[in-house]
Amino acid sequence: MQRFPCPHCGPRDEIEFHYAADAGKTRPGRQSSPEDWARYRFMRKNTKGTARELWQHAGGCGQWICIERDTVSHAVIGSEALGS
Amino acid sequence: MRGSVRLASGGEIDRSRPLRFTFDGRPMTGYAGDTVASALLASGVSIVGRSFKYHRPRGIFSAGIEEPNALLDLRLAERHDPICRATVERLADGMALCSVHASGTAASDRLAIIDRFARFIPAAFYYKSFMWPSWRLYEDRIRAMAGIGMLDPRARRGLAAEHHRAVDLCVVGGGPAGLAAALAGMGTGKSVLIADMDQRLGGSLLARDGEVAGMPGRDWAGDAAVRLRRGGALVLTQTMAFGLYDHNALGLVERTDTGERLWRVRAREIVLATGAIERPMLFANNDRPGVMLAGAVLSYLRRHGVRAGERVVIATANDSTHELSVALRAAGAEVLVVDARKSDFVTKVVGKDRVEGVRLADGTGLDADLVAVSGGFSPALHLYAHAKGVVAWSRQKGAFVPRDKLDGLSVAGAANGAFDLAAALAEGWGAAGGETGAAPRTSEPDRAWSAAPVVDPEHLRGRVWVDLQNDVTTKDIVLAHRESFSAIEHLKRYTTLGMATDQGKTSNVNGLAVLASLAGREMGEAGVTTFRPPYAPVSFVTIAAMHRGELSHPVRRLPVEPEHRAERAHFREYGGILRPAWYGAEEGAIARECLAARSRAIVFDGSPLGKIEIVGPDAAKLIDFIFYTRMSTLANGRLRYGLMLTEGGAIFDDGVVLRLAEDRFIVSCSSSHVPAVAAHLEAWRQDIFDRRRVFIHDTTASWATITIGGPGSMAVVRSLELGSSIDDADLPHMGFAEGRFGGRPVRIARVSFIGERSYEISVPASLGGALWAAARSAGAEPMGVEALSVLRLEKGFIIVGADTDGETMPHDIGFAGPRDKRRDAYVGDRSLFTEDAMRVDRRQLVGLRALDRRVLPPGAHAIVSSGRERRSIGFVTSSAMSPALGYPVALGLVENGRMRMGEVLDLEDYGAKRTGGSRHQAEVVAPCFLDGQGARLHA
Repeated sequence: MQRFPCPHCGPRDEIEFHYAADAGKTRPGRQSSPEDWARYRFMRKNTKGTARELWQHAGGCGQWICIERDTVSHAVIGSEALGS
Repeated sequence: MRGSVRLASGGEIDRSRPLRFTFDGRPMTGYAGDTVASALLASGVSIVGRSFKYHRPRGIFSAGIEEPNALLDLRLAERHDPICRATVERLADGMALCSVHASGTAASDRLAIIDRFARFIPAAFYYKSFMWPSWRLYEDRIRAMAGIGMLDPRARRGLAAEHHRAVDLCVVGGGPAGLAAALAGMGTGKSVLIADMDQRLGGSLLARDGEVAGMPGRDWAGDAAVRLRRGGALVLTQTMAFGLYDHNALGLVERTDTGERLWRVRAREIVLATGAIERPMLFANNDRPGVMLAGAVLSYLRRHGVRAGERVVIATANDSTHELSVALRAAGAEVLVVDARKSDFVTKVVGKDRVEGVRLADGTGLDADLVAVSGGFSPALHLYAHAKGVVAWSRQKGAFVPRDKLDGLSVAGAANGAFDLAAALAEGWGAAGGETGAAPRTSEPDRAWSAAPVVDPEHLRGRVWVDLQNDVTTKDIVLAHRESFSAIEHLKRYTTLGMATDQGKTSNVNGLAVLASLAGREMGEAGVTTFRPPYAPVSFVTIAAMHRGELSHPVRRLPVEPEHRAERAHFREYGGILRPAWYGAEEGAIARECLAARSRAIVFDGSPLGKIEIVGPDAAKLIDFIFYTRMSTLANGRLRYGLMLTEGGAIFDDGVVLRLAEDRFIVSCSSSHVPAVAAHLEAWRQDIFDRRRVFIHDTTASWATITIGGPGSMAVVRSLELGSSIDDADLPHMGFAEGRFGGRPVRIARVSFIGERSYEISVPASLGGALWAAARSAGAEPMGVEALSVLRLEKGFIIVGADTDGETMPHDIGFAGPRDKRRDAYVGDRSLFTEDAMRVDRRQLVGLRALDRRVLPPGAHAIVSSGRERRSIGFVTSSAMSPALGYPVALGLVENGRMRMGEVLDLEDYGAKRTGGSRHQAEVVAPCFLDGQGARLHA
């Protein structure tokens, strides 16, 4: 079980968090092309290596946070509150 | 073994405390301090089981967790373990043990004849021999003969305890290296946990010679354990670390007198001092009862006072067996040492059911009743591998050893290839940060432990076992290699080498050595198979621990439950909430409650209905974005029904929104969907809104909601005297009022899910019972969830998730308005205009009226045929007999359904198992069967 540092609550077990999305995606508007909308809806980077991901600390403060971690070694590089 | 006896003195056992047990029905006696295996050996039992494939007789082989043979069915009072490892199970009075995988008893197995056909059932035989005409023909019989142990469905085990612990240092293994590490860690002020599988700490010191810090190693270990406990370390014996997971998380299972206990440990640092497992030697019939690991023979002798044989041949390739031969001679046995380093080999064991003698490479034959083997030592690197550590073959050590140092994880002692006592102590001490030069000292001289596996094809004649538990011989490996399955992972799966419940603890390295010699490769070139948790089997019950039944999925309860029970409510679980399905006797209950709602007044407990508050200056902005239906145009104190969508455009939930004030809304979402809706709101709030200007607060559990409905409901509500006018002018349909009940605030909402005049009255949860009682005294009759779902079906009101699925969009159920009109952004907006969303043959919500009086089965498909092709164009989503109308009503999703009004559909239901089933015909009608104008809402 991985251990994630919640910027609000401190280090907590992975089981308290829900994975949400790749970080850095923006929501396209109504006029976006089908391709852009599909990219937003369905495409994941599935990074091998350092990835920035949004997680929700659902079993804790409920806040969405950004976690940077290595998807191969599972080393956690850091985390930050959303919008910070 | 003929010469297997209990000595008159010596060992950890307490000869004054005899323990009675039975094996295959025969009564036997052991002593406190025995393992099941030592007691069986002391009782002269040589055959403890039959082999997996060939049903060959098998005896106790080891003295530890690596045991491939001695798996027994154990019963003790309530406890039943179908595959207990006799070598690690502590003997207890009253144990009933049986051999497994034998037809009859282990000593006389009716399936023993299978061994005579061994040459016809080589590796992968069933892929080759049992494929014609179909594997299915043979499968049942082969499966009946396979497998180890039998679960008893009647056996029940209580909840296992579960502990969580965070420590600075976790030491796995309590041998010399582990003890030194734990002492060093404690000395530097760390919190320490040390775990060992054995009944006491000491590891190899418990059986082997060795002086530490001026005392016998055994005494030093006992002293170290006391010092650790006194110093505040957590010392867990009979505890196996079965898995090492991300970020230094460890799973431990502790065996206690009453069962097992799971430990979830998080450690800043881990020292793996897991020792090494002795390797067998390869020679013909090396699986006969009476062939044992040399270290195990020494352990039984020194620790349990059991001399496992009288005429002993020690087949060795290293120095570790010196003390065994000395000890056995001292215990009165005849000993002959056959040392492979001097080109002395045992080539064959003679004897049918047990060892009766051996044949040596020079042709000499010898009588013997015990062959003690030591083909070298394999470091136990399973946990290191769980942590993604990579091993490398060390020619010098004759073993796979860790290649890299991992963060926060050290490997010390025999596990690291440091087999000598002095080296083990120094490594353990150093791994935990002990002061250089201050490690516990020993006078024990270094020995030659290293021994590469001896594989000489000349000595592999006959049937030579590599994997005892899965019955894999060198011939199987030769066959796999010949058929090109010579990559190690292929070999493993083709021959099943190392795939038994012992996971090849004694066989993997020898198997690799055989393969390497066949392929002309060096050890290590072929790679190794991957170790995965658990290190040894752990029962599911233990891993589940407390997470079972209601403790795993606790049912949620209503605040008014006692009142419902007093009314003889029949409870069912709806979306995780225990709710009244109906009241009183089942017969006719639902119809009775439905008719009461249509003609008089009912009271219904709607407490689980969502009450999520959205508060703040940006509340209207957020709710407009979340809802498909525009909500910001709602006047204060008014209600509006609306839909929420997913980003994919599918209907996520529906509900009524109340605007309490300019900056305050309450969302009444579906009862079983509240946490998901709250999370959905929260996600969007944090993602794209100013988090200082809008807040989400789920108050569902704070309020009890009692709904009073039916033509007589107004009179009932009036008599409750809620201190607020309920005249239709002041409180119209979709209107809202605040009053008082029992001195506390009450919210009254004119909203209806049943198509009748209806009042949803919410009071603080603690007053729910009083409000219920008041409504009952005023003449309202109780109504359960089942009646509600019939009433809403008569009206064509959907239940999201029942009448919609993951593809249903709002325009499919007749809510196209916002899609056509709204230009601002809302969740799911873009998805409503994709190619798929604009198809004309989308499934749409319709009513279905059966042509006869049978209720349509939910899930029945509407089938159309053209030529030979049959195709489903939709299905029934909800269905019931309508008591008010006197005929069955149903909703369904049907392709282009709104254009099919009046069409008759052929429906087919296949039943639960595609047996039986039924056919129906139904007319497509509008999805509202009663009061299409909604006049009853105001009646």
